[in-house]
Amino acid sequence: MSKLRSRLVPYLLILPGGFWLAVFFAAPLIFLISMSIQTGNVTSGFTVTWHFAEYWLGLKGYSQQFLHSLYYGGAATALCILLSYPTAYWIAFKGGTRKTTYLFLILLPFFVSFVLRTISWQYILADNGLVLGPLKSAGLLPENFRILATTGAVIGGLTYNYLPFMVLPIYVALERIDFRVVEAAHDLYANKFEAFRRVVLPLSLPGVFAGVLLNFVPAASDYVNAQVLGGPNNTMIGNIIQDQYLYNTDYPMGAALSFTLMAFLLIGIFAYARALGTENVLEAAAA
Amino acid sequence: MSTSVLTPASSGLRVPEQPARRRRPKVRFGDRLLHVYTWLLIGWLALPIAAVALFSFNNPKGRLNILWVGFTLKWWGPKLFEYPDLTRAMWNSITIGVIATVASTVLGTLIGLALGKHKFRGQNVTNLLQFAAISAPEIVLGSSLLTFFLTLGVQPGYPTIVIAHIAFCLSFVAVTVRARALTLDPFIEEAARDLGAGPWATFRLVTLPLIWPGVMSGALLAFALSIDDFITTNFVAGSVQTYPLYIWGASREGLPPQVNVMGTIIFMFGAGLAIFNSVRARRARA
Repeated sequence: MSKLRSRLVPYLLILPGGFWLAVFFAAPLIFLISMSIQTGNVTSGFTVTWHFAEYWLGLKGYSQQFLHSLYYGGAATALCILLSYPTAYWIAFKGGTRKTTYLFLILLPFFVSFVLRTISWQYILADNGLVLGPLKSAGLLPENFRILATTGAVIGGLTYNYLPFMVLPIYVALERIDFRVVEAAHDLYANKFEAFRRVVLPLSLPGVFAGVLLNFVPAASDYVNAQVLGGPNNTMIGNIIQDQYLYNTDYPMGAALSFTLMAFLLIGIFAYARALGTENVLEAAAA
Repeated sequence: MSTSVLTPASSGLRVPEQPARRRRPKVRFGDRLLHVYTWLLIGWLALPIAAVALFSFNNPKGRLNILWVGFTLKWWGPKLFEYPDLTRAMWNSITIGVIATVASTVLGTLIGLALGKHKFRGQNVTNLLQFAAISAPEIVLGSSLLTFFLTLGVQPGYPTIVIAHIAFCLSFVAVTVRARALTLDPFIEEAARDLGAGPWATFRLVTLPLIWPGVMSGALLAFALSIDDFITTNFVAGSVQTYPLYIWGASREGLPPQVNVMGTIIFMFGAGLAIFNSVRARRARA
């Protein structure tokens, strides 16, 4: 009796939260797929007509935005790796007793609302704002010079917003390295560079992989940075999905685009996990 | 560089000291460079926050708070509540955050305990579900939830925001608690049972205190996620506004300095809480 009960315990523990996730996370995804093959409009309602054309129309009509998402998300992720690695390395190996303090400082942006941070950049970089205004009136920059409404501004904003998600996993991976293996490399006549390239770097790669996952998925599906810092030519697929849902009330198109985005990301994640070994990625992501 | 690597191998015992001494300043230079670089990066990360805080003391004519006009403290006083929409949005954010934190902490802790303490069939599926919920792009989360509510004829509003927030917070709590529960020594619970404690007493007096730090950091994470969430909330909010939604909507006509004051208060509160937490954790360890 007590054995049966103890075997039931984990299921009872999972039940309430699992129910919540099943109803409000898994089921909505089914509704999303169903919506994408419906036709109709807001006033007369939508019905399932197995109308798959939205997918084709969406891919064709918004290929530009899909490409932007891929490009901006990828560029921001690459920049995040380049910017994060040196800092994560320094904190992990030379941070000494102040490691936690440095990590805390890196995480500071999270205590200010994501939207407010991004709009703050918009104000700082405005065409006649804090930075460009004085430079322009001093004649150091041409009157029509701008940072906002450019591709660079969107990539920069994405990099800024997701950078801490890259620093943390790389730091965790580096911190775990037993420094004796690096010493062993030196004993075996590896110079500093060789020891880094053949010992430290490979051991830290799981952290980089986890960081790529944590960066690319939200960056590619973001639309706040594109809307606040970008121009009309910088729209990403997220902007379109938001517009279809909230302004055009074309739910089937919005759903088809949303599902396409998720499918692309899922295929990407699986291919990525396959190439690196699922265990590695899951483990690194969970850490 | 190449000579200093060659000499110790080819000469006697005394020599290895020399290249090491010669190499040291070079290492220090690289470290110092990285040190400076880290501070530059932190400065870059802090810049927009500093701008938000600074402009909460600005004295602009209208709502446009982009250029520095003059110093004032007036927004930090009763004028903070001059915009009823903003005040209501802030209040919504706080109450939604509290409800979502409490609910997701309870639900997430139970899942975390199951995953960390027990071995059972379906464990991998549950783990995968947590991973999927955490890594799902917010835009898909938001659009699918809105589709769900619309199809069922549920009017988006305050309750749907709460439901969505619990849904995306609880996996983060579960993962945090799971990590803590994995470190639990099963013998301690066994000892409690040997001493006559029932399952509930064992949980309340032994298990819960042991996983408490994990529960607390999970709850903090949930509150931070909830109060900051924009993308998912924007889909399921209907006409209800939260603080990030208000900022989004108002940014076109300019954000009044009151937004900056509230942002600064949230920042100081969050940072203060994190510092307090880590200091207390350090003291508990010592």
